[in-house]
Amino acid sequence: MHGILTIYRKEMEDHFSSMRFLLIAALVVMIGVIIASMVGMSMQEELWGVAKPTFVFLMLFTSTGKLFSFIQFIGLLGPMIGIILGFDAINRERSGRTLSKLVSQPIYRDAIINAKFLAGVTMIAIVMVSLVLIISGLGIRLIGVVPGAEEIWRLVIYLVISILYISFWLGAAILFSVVFRSTATSALASLAVWIGLSFFVGLGGGFLADAISPIKQTADMAEATSAFVKNAEIQRAASLFSPMTLYGDATSTILDPLRKTPRSFVLMGPLERFSLSRFQNPLPLGQSVVIVAPFLISLIAITLVCFGICYAVFMRQEIRST
Amino acid sequence: MEREIVIRMEELTKLYGQQKAVDSLSLSVAEGEVFGFLGPNGAGKTTTMLMLLGLTEPTSGTVRVCGFDPARDPLKVKKIIGYLPENVGFYEDMDARQNLRYIARLNDIPDRVSAARIDKLLEEVDLAKEAGKKVGSYSKGMRQRLGIAEVLIKEPRVVFLDEPTIGLDPDGTNRMLELIRSLSRERRMTIFFSSHLLDQVQQISDRIGIMIKGKLVAAGPLAELAQRGLGLEEGESYTLEEIYMKYFKEA
Ligand SMILES: Nc1ncnc2c1ncn2[C@@H]1O[C@H](COP(=O)(O)OP(=O)(O)OP(=O)(O)O)[C@@H](O)[C@H]1O
Ligand SMILES: [Mg+2]
Repeated sequence: MHGILTIYRKEMEDHFSSMRFLLIAALVVMIGVIIASMVGMSMQEELWGVAKPTFVFLMLFTSTGKLFSFIQFIGLLGPMIGIILGFDAINRERSGRTLSKLVSQPIYRDAIINAKFLAGVTMIAIVMVSLVLIISGLGIRLIGVVPGAEEIWRLVIYLVISILYISFWLGAAILFSVVFRSTATSALASLAVWIGLSFFVGLGGGFLADAISPIKQTADMAEATSAFVKNAEIQRAASLFSPMTLYGDATSTILDPLRKTPRSFVLMGPLERFSLSRFQNPLPLGQSVVIVAPFLISLIAITLVCFGICYAVFMRQEIRST
Repeated sequence: MEREIVIRMEELTKLYGQQKAVDSLSLSVAEGEVFGFLGPNGAGKTTTMLMLLGLTEPTSGTVRVCGFDPARDPLKVKKIIGYLPENVGFYEDMDARQNLRYIARLNDIPDRVSAARIDKLLEEVDLAKEAGKKVGSYSKGMRQRLGIAEVLIKEPRVVFLDEPTIGLDPDGTNRMLELIRSLSRERRMTIFFSSHLLDQVQQISDRIGIMIKGKLVAAGPLAELAQRGLGLEEGESYTLEEIYMKYFKEA
């Protein structure tokens, strides 16, 4: 137990004095606050003298301003925080030749990995919680609404999902730092996986769907519909491999209880789309949680798989100081 | 009085692919002994040490350190041993005292106990004046001495030193050898150290092992090696170099 605590403390000190981490954290906080305050200001104008809609406070996080919404932004750049915290966790000690000293102290080897992971998760939690608190403070000032109990609960669940999501990337980065001896290689590998899973899975899914079941313009209505549905299903299945898409779906379900589906693929007029894709009344909190639960479970599961591989590789590995 | 055996290896073998890095090595070291492990580059000295520490698993054979199997009871072994790797590294942006305190904490030594020990050790290895400087600015010799201090902070029973005098100047070398000697004499620590510098091994070892290409070709007190290796009688003069070269040519 003392081992894990000691390493945890040292890692925390390292993170707080690490320029790299401070830069990415500052960047994320800055852009996040800018996005949310832009949304807040435009809401301030639009809501002037109008009855406030339900869950107006959560719109701060979900509305797409000029570029993208806050939750989309975290889905996109959040993984960078995890990767930067973890990509050199183990191989930094290896190349600094401190690893053979560390593993010859009376601590279990998994304590090293666990302590580094926990320190990273703590940093992620600090960044995310302070970000949401800052934005909430801004929101109260800009739109003059105080969040209700349910809104606060939804924000808490959003935070849990976000911390898990970024921690998954932390776990993956730590895995690469165990597998690859060079920090440059593990950084590149983490980035490659991040880009691959975040962007190309969606694109690839689209290509795959169009190849297998192209959308045809035929006279036969039934045939066209079934091709269309199949195409959409393939794209959906492919997106299950993209943590970013899953995260986007899960968080928008939690923070935007009025929406029926996270994505609307049916082409129609704006008003029509609005009425079709949104509920009359908000989805109860319990129902939203039920919808995102599978996402949470699968995130935890893949993080655990990363850990399993880490342990399997690291526990019996020969450690030389050359 | 029969002394307790602290390090025992039997038929210890380590294969890297087809290559035998260590080839059925049998050897034991008694408590308080200074054992000098001699051999050319690539002989398998470091590999042997890693197996003794449980940092790599033997392909076959048994290892016992104070009766424990390092592969199965790693924590029990690591509590009582100190290890100085052949190229020791430090946390460069911490100073000597912080590095030592970190190692002490990993050994579950409370700060108030370690503080006094750290001061004493820094005096002993002659780093007291530089203790506040970041280790990144240390010279090779200072690092080596800090490495020794880190080994001693946990007051181990058995100490493994992999080429402890590498990179030290003559004066530093002598002081290092004196320190190693005193560890065994005054604190009854068992020392297992490797080197390829013959005169140093000759100076401080109670027993010497010569390893060539993974095989232990000779082990015993210097006089005994001379008698067996060179066929000399007692009283005739010899150097370790002559003995070593003889075994080296045979192998
Ligand atoms: N990970 C490895 N994979 C394959 N072969 C290895 C590995 N590590 C060591 N060896 C081989 O095992 C042999 C023994 O190496 P070892 O490091 O034990 O030598 P040494 O006696 O410590 O040499 P030196 O005096 O240079 O430190 C060498 O021939 C080396 O090439
Ligand atoms: Mg060696």
